[in-house]
Amino acid sequence: MAGWFARGRTSLVGRLIGTFLRQSRSLAGVLVWVGIAVVLVIIVMAILAPFLAPFDPNTKVADPEVPPGGPFVMGTDRGGQDVLSRIIWGSRVPLAIIAVATTISLALGLPLGLLSGFAGGRLDRTILLVMDSIYAFPGLLLAIAIAAVIGRGVLNVSFAIAVVYIPTYFRVIRNHVASVKEEPYVEAAIALGMSRRRVIGRYILPNVAQSIPVIFSVNAADAVLTEAGLAVLGLGLPPGIPDWGFDISLNWQRFDASWWATFFPGLFILILTTALTFVGEGLNDILNPLLRKRETKVGAEA
Amino acid sequence: MGGSTASLRAYVITRVILMVPMLVLLLTFTFIILRVAPGDPVSTIYGERGNPQVIDRIKTELGLYDPLYVQYFRYLHDVFTGHMGTSILTQRPVIDEISSRMPATIELTLSSMLVASVLGIGLGTFAGTRRDRLPDFGTRLYGALAYNIPIFWFGLILKLVFAVWLGWLPVSGRFSPRLSTPPTVTGLYTIDSLLALNLPAFADAVAHLILPSLTLGIVLSGFFVRITRVNVIHAMGSDYVEAARSRGISERSVFFRHGLKNALVPVITTMGLTFALLFSGAILTETVFSFEGMGRFVYLAISYRDYPAIQGAVVYYGILMVIISLAIDILNAFVDPRIRY
Repeated sequence: MAGWFARGRTSLVGRLIGTFLRQSRSLAGVLVWVGIAVVLVIIVMAILAPFLAPFDPNTKVADPEVPPGGPFVMGTDRGGQDVLSRIIWGSRVPLAIIAVATTISLALGLPLGLLSGFAGGRLDRTILLVMDSIYAFPGLLLAIAIAAVIGRGVLNVSFAIAVVYIPTYFRVIRNHVASVKEEPYVEAAIALGMSRRRVIGRYILPNVAQSIPVIFSVNAADAVLTEAGLAVLGLGLPPGIPDWGFDISLNWQRFDASWWATFFPGLFILILTTALTFVGEGLNDILNPLLRKRETKVGAEA
Repeated sequence: MGGSTASLRAYVITRVILMVPMLVLLLTFTFIILRVAPGDPVSTIYGERGNPQVIDRIKTELGLYDPLYVQYFRYLHDVFTGHMGTSILTQRPVIDEISSRMPATIELTLSSMLVASVLGIGLGTFAGTRRDRLPDFGTRLYGALAYNIPIFWFGLILKLVFAVWLGWLPVSGRFSPRLSTPPTVTGLYTIDSLLALNLPAFADAVAHLILPSLTLGIVLSGFFVRITRVNVIHAMGSDYVEAARSRGISERSVFFRHGLKNALVPVITTMGLTFALLFSGAILTETVFSFEGMGRFVYLAISYRDYPAIQGAVVYYGILMVIISLAIDILNAFVDPRIRY
């Protein structure tokens, strides 16, 4: 079992990198590079927070609401804490939420999608109905309902967000599997008596895996926004953890008096989500042959 | 012709029947989340400071010690008879709170949808017909930024600039206290004031609606820009457009009669999905602008740990979503006959 998985993965990764490099000088390629660069900068910022932040994010270092300038590049907030230091430390939360939430969504959405798409029939329709019901529900409200019950904390919030995005993974993977299943080579493999598990592992999973990075980057952006929404509504992480969404909820009522304390955390949310979307859109253009078809038809054979 | 009507009718009937399991699923799901998950409502409300005996008594009164299936059927009964308990915050029945606030949310979502479709379809078409050129790049950037902007933060900025600094529009609320609200017909202030031929009231209601709907509409337009752009590109590269061009039809006519018309069908189809996005966004938008709708109620309910209110809002939002998605699916089947089969 480990054998087929490893083989599928290496060939897949190799193919992805190959396509990626060939396309990386196009507009889509530029978008991906810009997106990846920005995300990397934010990751580095999160890791090196203790060295980068000029002040402790949780102590009062000056008067409240000092405008940007001098030692406080982005000013201080209502509690006299340095906004820049809180932003640097706060980058850890969205990254942690992305990692945990998308892992949970993928861990549940991928197998369900494979099962539903491959099995078809009544089982498929039942799972589809459940997933559609979740999908039709306003995501933030669902996250609110779950977060209100299970309480605060990175894991809790991630779980609340993960439930919202399971249907997205499920749907894309299920539809992809359902279409790949009809391909002659898969039908041939089944006709030749290959076991279901091997068919899924050898032919279906490598095909379907191409769509995962795209869903991932789109969902990652959504997860960050949902986390910020929960935080603004008072359902985010416990106080004391610097977090961009939490900082908005802390300062927004004083937006007209000290705009900087709300503006900069929001700006960083926007930068991160947009960068993630660039990665997703660029990958989609590169990996989605349907959108690429016209370019290859018109243009270079190289 | 007769066959087509029959297939439409069959589709509608199937779809309505399918609504029942969807509703049951949704209600069961809400029940599981809110009643079975760790942390029961009574302890959440009364916290550690609550007297254990009082908590025990309230739990018995609420029937939280009954077997789960008894609780489940009582819950279904309560939902359909509108007995969702009393809001701790306002001391009014939750169902009254929700029904009195629903029109505000509907007014906001409809006007935001208008903003989003005009902006999104307009810009998406503009970008799609200029593929890979500078306007396309600019529009895609707009789409990505609009879709990814934290809506709460965006609303705050619009409010600060246009209401606080420039003073062009009201800062918050749905209506000025100095005017008397128009007699309630639909509950939508804009429509009610028009029906009462009260122009000052209409102008006031519209002024209050502009910033919230721009906030929500611009964010949602990011989604429409993408969908429209992709579909315009797809339609303009299709065989029927090539065929129309080769017949010597003017480019303008090719675009409007063949390209755009076909490109917009999938856009309308996906519009249904955006209602879930709209309602999520409405919660945050209403909070920024103190717009007294369902979303603002949800915010207040969370702030005051008003558990019956949260539960009621979730359940009725869910029912509303199921009904809206049914209506949109039927509309889609009407627009696009392929869906019926």
